[in-house]
Amino acid sequence: MVEFLLKRFMQSIVLLVIVSIIGFVVLNLIPGGPIAQYALDSGMTQDDKERIAAQLGLNRPLWVQYLEWAWRLLQGDWGTSFRDGNQVFSVVARHVPATLLLMGSASVIAVSIGTVIGIRGATHRHSVFDYIATVGAMVALSIPTFWFGLVGIYVFSLELGWLPAGNMYTIGDGSVLNHMHHLIMPSVVLALVHIAIWSRFMRAATIDAMGQEFVKTARAKGVSERRVVMKHVVGNALLPMITLAGVQLPSLLTGALVTETVFTWPGMGRLFLDSLSNSDYPVVMGLLMFSALLTIVGNLIADIVVAMVDPRIRLA
Amino acid sequence: MTTLTAAGAPQSAWWRNRVVRRFLGHRLAVVGLVMITLLSLACALGPHLLPYDSLQIDLHARFASPLTGDHYLGTDPLGRDLATRLLMAGRISLLVGFFSMLLATLAGTLVGVVAGYMGGWVNSVLMRTVDGFLSFPTLFLLLALAVALKPSPTMITVIIALTSWMTVARIVATEVASLKEREFVLAGRMLGLSRAHIMFREILPNVMGPIIVAATLTVARAILLEAYISFLGFGIQPPLPSWGNMLNGAQQYLDRSPWLAIIPGLAIAMAVTSFNFIGDGLRDALDVRSELK
Repeated sequence: MVEFLLKRFMQSIVLLVIVSIIGFVVLNLIPGGPIAQYALDSGMTQDDKERIAAQLGLNRPLWVQYLEWAWRLLQGDWGTSFRDGNQVFSVVARHVPATLLLMGSASVIAVSIGTVIGIRGATHRHSVFDYIATVGAMVALSIPTFWFGLVGIYVFSLELGWLPAGNMYTIGDGSVLNHMHHLIMPSVVLALVHIAIWSRFMRAATIDAMGQEFVKTARAKGVSERRVVMKHVVGNALLPMITLAGVQLPSLLTGALVTETVFTWPGMGRLFLDSLSNSDYPVVMGLLMFSALLTIVGNLIADIVVAMVDPRIRLA
Repeated sequence: MTTLTAAGAPQSAWWRNRVVRRFLGHRLAVVGLVMITLLSLACALGPHLLPYDSLQIDLHARFASPLTGDHYLGTDPLGRDLATRLLMAGRISLLVGFFSMLLATLAGTLVGVVAGYMGGWVNSVLMRTVDGFLSFPTLFLLLALAVALKPSPTMITVIIALTSWMTVARIVATEVASLKEREFVLAGRMLGLSRAHIMFREILPNVMGPIIVAATLTVARAILLEAYISFLGFGIQPPLPSWGNMLNGAQQYLDRSPWLAIIPGLAIAMAVTSFNFIGDGLRDALDVRSELK
């Protein structure tokens, strides 16, 4: 197991390096590059800009710039925001919890509902339920998340008035209940696409597991069908589920970005868009790198958990 | 050299081909094919048949409801006919989706074939790069690139392709790696065929099945991605209409004109669902080992 984990850890480091290279390329593609903030000030002459560029070390070879930039990232110096001069790191950190809350609740909803639908679809294959679930999943995967958000706001906020149309809490009422009230629609909207993904996965995993020999043995032993499914089949689907959860992270972040926009949720996604609109590139780059970091770390954790839980790896 | 796909004997009619028959037996896939054909025809010919121009502003007829009066689907905040706008937008959204698929599939296939056949460190470097790109949430990367480069339809096509080639590359690499050990490849090497010849004239034709499936699903994803970035305001810029940017201004008018948001969304859903159904049908039709429904 230790060998496996070490190998995995090294792979993550390599991935981080590659990700940082991609990020650095994107950073330099942005018009004006690191001196973009000065390009906005019409009082600067070309000479002044060149002097600042030299000062910031922008006329040195690209790979030297990359190494310096990467070294600064590792030390926690992610630059300063153009908008208010705060440290990018602290700006990002302030917005992360809101997004994690949204992603977490959406994941819980998606996994619980998705797996139940998937298992039922597998055990009652080709039934009406299975057919509706399969087609429904495919349709849900084809509709943009923000459309669900807009329709949801129209139906539940404007027409029925049951749920608030945005924000994390109502000003003046900071109670937990109020927070939860505001959390419902965004997390359900974000979860919809992932319910479809989990149900399709669970259906395939259950069908796979049910074809295995040990299921025949359990049935021959007289174990009730329900117990066979619940205990043996689902247990074996658990491992790939953990891996899938890790793989889902980037798409959860993408969905969160859009959901936060529609529901004015004060998280990373909204910060990303606001910074883009304000040309606050340090924050944009910081968020881009952070999202990749989150994904890599998340996948690494998922693999570590799998290594600890899967006896085939643990005892190897 | 013979290919290993079920291409059927050249003499019999194409509709007797096993793959075609299996595809047509897939109800959803056929529905998808019909839907996307109708949609494409509507977008190509519709604007010529409808009486209104998509850019014609008529401030007397703003926010008209669908199915009332002259405008079939109503009008937008500037009084432009929604039906015509929808179909014109469809042209752009579908074309962007299609061409980014072409680019992404080309790039992904190239990378995949080289990585899968060469193996060793070439494979490692290429596949790690693929993983690197996949570590970024697609929309984050897309938006950052959209801001960095001009948001013209061509640029949008390029950057969507840049964030879609990875899946194709992975699929192709795995397939090629497994085909590498087959006898016909060995025979080719013994005959002294160049590596390029083996990769692209022998192995590639046998990977066409998975590539086509991946390509179909890539179109679906590309249309969706264009909708996302245009909705957020960083994609296709007005006055050029796209399904995504039609939804962009719709949120503020939800209380008085919800159809402004609902209708383009349905169009997107229809197009993307069609391609997903077709892709699923193709996957089952081309897969020799799948269970028969």
